[in-house]
Amino acid sequence: MPKLSVWFVRTALVYLAVGFALGAVLLAAPGLQLRIPAARLLPAHIEFLLTGWMVQLALGVAFWILPRFRVGPERGREEIAWASYVLLNIGVVTAAAGAIIGLPALVPSIGHAAQGLAAGAFALHAWPRIKVFGA
Amino acid sequence: MPTLTRWFIKSAMLYLLAALLLSIALQPQFRDELPFLAAVWPTYLHLLVIGWLTQLIFGVALWLFPKHSAARPRGDERLGWASFVLLNVGLALRAIAEPSHALGHRVGALLVVAAVAQLLAGWAFVLNTWPRVRER
Repeated sequence: MPKLSVWFVRTALVYLAVGFALGAVLLAAPGLQLRIPAARLLPAHIEFLLTGWMVQLALGVAFWILPRFRVGPERGREEIAWASYVLLNIGVVTAAAGAIIGLPALVPSIGHAAQGLAAGAFALHAWPRIKVFGA
Repeated sequence: MPTLTRWFIKSAMLYLLAALLLSIALQPQFRDELPFLAAVWPTYLHLLVIGWLTQLIFGVALWLFPKHSAARPRGDERLGWASFVLLNVGLALRAIAEPSHALGHRVGALLVVAAVAQLLAGWAFVLNTWPRVRER
């Protein structure tokens, strides 16, 4: 597994652990009669599990298994994929923190914009690798 | 394909089926006539996202990620099985407890057990998978 995939997948596992913990708190709170800021925790729970865990895992595995090139760097322009990793995680943390702390809506929006840029960067990296194996 | 992967994937497919059948009941025309169906909405989402998607990922990752070692290619099998059992028990309990609670029944303890079981399932998976995610 290449280094960037290790980073993507391990970061995804961290979000899985944190996202499940938030989910457990949200589910158990009524049973324990705990008063929690559910409206603030729910967006972070969704952010961590959908983007931080699932999307990130998919990107990490895609970087690992998409067809490689015979000539030049075998995975093409890796620096764009690294940029995608950084932007995605800035986006997830910004959007989740914005929701949990209760920052103005602009903050989560900036987070989602960073996630959009991450998706664009990854597409730019992966586009030429979506080809016949060995071509 | 390892035995545990087959259990994960087959269970995932059953959850997909259950979630899609439930989605029929969640159509607006039914919800308007039977308001209690709104209480099932979060359960539907979790059957789809945890029961189907996450469980499918767990099974495929267990199968295809780099091997832990020659002696224990898939890490600690007990952790893998614990993850499978806890996830499915937790999700099944949730499917009962969450709508019941929304409808006013006293099922607080069941909610807590479901939450803890799912949490431990996720953590067991992370613990078992982490050492297999490495450069070759």
